Amino acid sequence: MSPIVEVTGVCKRFGAVSVLEGVSFQVRPGSVVAIIGRSGSGKSTALRCINRLETIDAGQIRVCGHDVTSPKLDVNRLHRDVGIVFQSYNLFPHLTAEENVMLAPRLVLKMPRSEQRELAAHVLAQVDLADKAQAYPSQLSGGQQQRVAIARSLAMKPSLMLFDEITSALDPELTGEVLKVIEGLASNGMSMILVTHEMAFARKVADHVIFMHRGKVWEEGLAEMLDAPRTQELAQFLGTELRPAKADVVVPQP
Amino acid sequence: MIGLTPEQLLFLLRGFGWTIVLSLLAFAGGGVLGFVLALTRVYAARPLRVLAMLYIRLIQGTPLLILLFLTYFGLPALGLVVEPMLAAAIGLSTYVSAYLGEIWRGSLEAVPRTQEEAAACLGLKWRQRLIHVILPQALKIATPPTVGFMVQIVKNTSLASTVGFVELVRAGQMINNATFRPFIVFVLIAALYFALCYPLSAWSQRLERRFDVAHR
Repeated sequence: MSPIVEVTGVCKRFGAVSVLEGVSFQVRPGSVVAIIGRSGSGKSTALRCINRLETIDAGQIRVCGHDVTSPKLDVNRLHRDVGIVFQSYNLFPHLTAEENVMLAPRLVLKMPRSEQRELAAHVLAQVDLADKAQAYPSQLSGGQQQRVAIARSLAMKPSLMLFDEITSALDPELTGEVLKVIEGLASNGMSMILVTHEMAFARKVADHVIFMHRGKVWEEGLAEMLDAPRTQELAQFLGTELRPAKADVVVPQP
Repeated sequence: MIGLTPEQLLFLLRGFGWTIVLSLLAFAGGGVLGFVLALTRVYAARPLRVLAMLYIRLIQGTPLLILLFLTYFGLPALGLVVEPMLAAAIGLSTYVSAYLGEIWRGSLEAVPRTQEEAAACLGLKWRQRLIHVILPQALKIATPPTVGFMVQIVKNTSLASTVGFVELVRAGQMINNATFRPFIVFVLIAALYFALCYPLSAWSQRLERRFDVAHR
């Protein structure tokens, strides 16, 4: 099966700062990839490059059959296939939960009104918020807002979902309810890339883990790699120690 | 009782009516142009943005009186004869557009960038993002200062009296010339302006308070 996301040798600079230095990875359809790493390691930028929120300076990105780096790319079509959920929810504050969900199906998919409502009811139920359809974002908790944001993305029936540190602004209890939704999506076979700080969660739902460090994919592999880091940097990041014999070995930079 | 005949009072009131008409014309004309300016300032390509900015700086740095002279005396010199009312409406609209353009630019920019980003990520085109996501939020931010600025427009229409348009002040001057009762005439005029402006500024303040509460 050909990968749904193919990132090859991507470089990205913000002015004088080099954020991505030759990042390459792939995502198979139906798999869950977790990108972990320190703040500033380039993981969020990598995610934003995948749906063209950032342009890149070198390399190639293919997503759901779109050549993201091509100047001929139809960005609106790309955004139909790729959903993204942000750390700060970014719900539309002047619309109710239901209206937030229905906006894109109405304007982009030109869906008839009755279908929009049905769809909204369906996706809101999927994130366990069927009873909050008429609530405005300001009347919802952070966790509920984030779940509406997920529902809003799901309503466009994307082939790939990107999650950018979506639980970083939430307390542990609210984090739990959001992660439960993600787990449900994963078991339904949704292709996902999560940038996350929740190691336990990454271990639990991710098929594949990518550890980024200084703008590079420093280490990647199955979720089990989190239990046996091969590099000093990942070990340090996880707060564990490499076995002393290995700790002195200089690890070649990937 | 106040030494003015009913006809003279009616004449004053008719002038007051023209003040309202001119205010509305200035607000409508200035509003349309100001909206285009605001969009240009925020979304257009750089050369156009700079052009819009220069226009706004230029108009804001020019006395309204000069703008009115330019439209009333200047346009005929170019071969365009304009009625006093049209000249006043054009001059005022030009003036208003620069200020509303700036107020509305600020309001558009006050809507977080992430809102547009989120809308774009759902596949909405620029027009759809603007109409359904940005403008509804910007409108809320823009309303208090816009209503506040309407007070300025109402008061500034008095300058149209200098280009021969018979609005409230000009009507008052004419009656004063006939009756020589400046105190009573100008107090009346002031009272009429107040009756128009005070509700507007009270409304603006109430909107501002409500807006503040919503954001606390």
